[in-house]
Amino acid sequence: MNVTVLQFPGTNCEYDTKYAFEKLGCNVTILWHKETKLPENTDLLVIPGGFSYGDYLRSGAIARFANIMDSVQTYAKNGGKVLGICNGFQILLEAGLLPGAMKRNSSLHFISKYHHLKVINNDNTFLQELNIGDVVNIPVAHHDGNYYIDEEGLKQLEANNQILLKYCTSEGEITNLNGSVSQIAGICNKEKNVFGLMPHPERAIEELLGCDDGVKMLQGFLK
Amino acid sequence: MKAIVNVALKQGVLDDQGKATHHALDTLGFKEIVKDVRIGKQIILELNSSNEDEARAEVTKMCEKLLANTVIEDYSIEIIG
Repeated sequence: MNVTVLQFPGTNCEYDTKYAFEKLGCNVTILWHKETKLPENTDLLVIPGGFSYGDYLRSGAIARFANIMDSVQTYAKNGGKVLGICNGFQILLEAGLLPGAMKRNSSLHFISKYHHLKVINNDNTFLQELNIGDVVNIPVAHHDGNYYIDEEGLKQLEANNQILLKYCTSEGEITNLNGSVSQIAGICNKEKNVFGLMPHPERAIEELLGCDDGVKMLQGFLK
Repeated sequence: MKAIVNVALKQGVLDDQGKATHHALDTLGFKEIVKDVRIGKQIILELNSSNEDEARAEVTKMCEKLLANTVIEDYSIEIIG
């Protein structure tokens, strides 16, 4: 499986993402944002975490207009699988590939810690290895993870099983982390080929790092 | 010619920075006088244009495309000749 990982000025999770997918047996290419074409054999495109363009103006707002993004739009519209992690999720929102927008955490603090997530829907590539109601422990590290969508949009997400993950306690009780509408941590598009989440599954792939709950998420793409 | 763009969260979208600042003002003794606080940002553009209508139209495009996220933010434009 061929994975392409985008790199913008300020991206800082590209090598973690490369390491994680290589550990799962994938061929990984890191692609600089000034390129205009994705490698033709790309089976999965990952927009990794970091602070593209320093998060100036708004997180993901400037990256959205990078040269490579036209090709990303076409790839996604043709059904190509796209995963956005943290800043990657913010870029997908700004690019209109996922609905909603990101605000500053309600605490106004940067949050960096392991946190539990509950699987809300698994009828998609990303979470097919997990069961609905499963609780996974995945690190979060963000300042702007307060997901916002209006009431109508939320209804649509619910109706189409687009809500993937919510913040919860270790017992699986839904809990507020950053102010997100309905405590949402991750969503996908209606067509279920574009996925975005604020937590970092690529940082939870070995017991040595504290937890390997991220493996099952990333493995979903290998099927 | 200059354009001053003000961007802030829409009414109805919870402004956490505004709320925190309001709370701080309350504890500083301004509780009676402050009804609400909204925090936004100001973007000042120096333009190569002498036509106010044209400038406004172009800056509107910039706001819709990049300067504001219209899912959650409103913007206003002031042109100074």
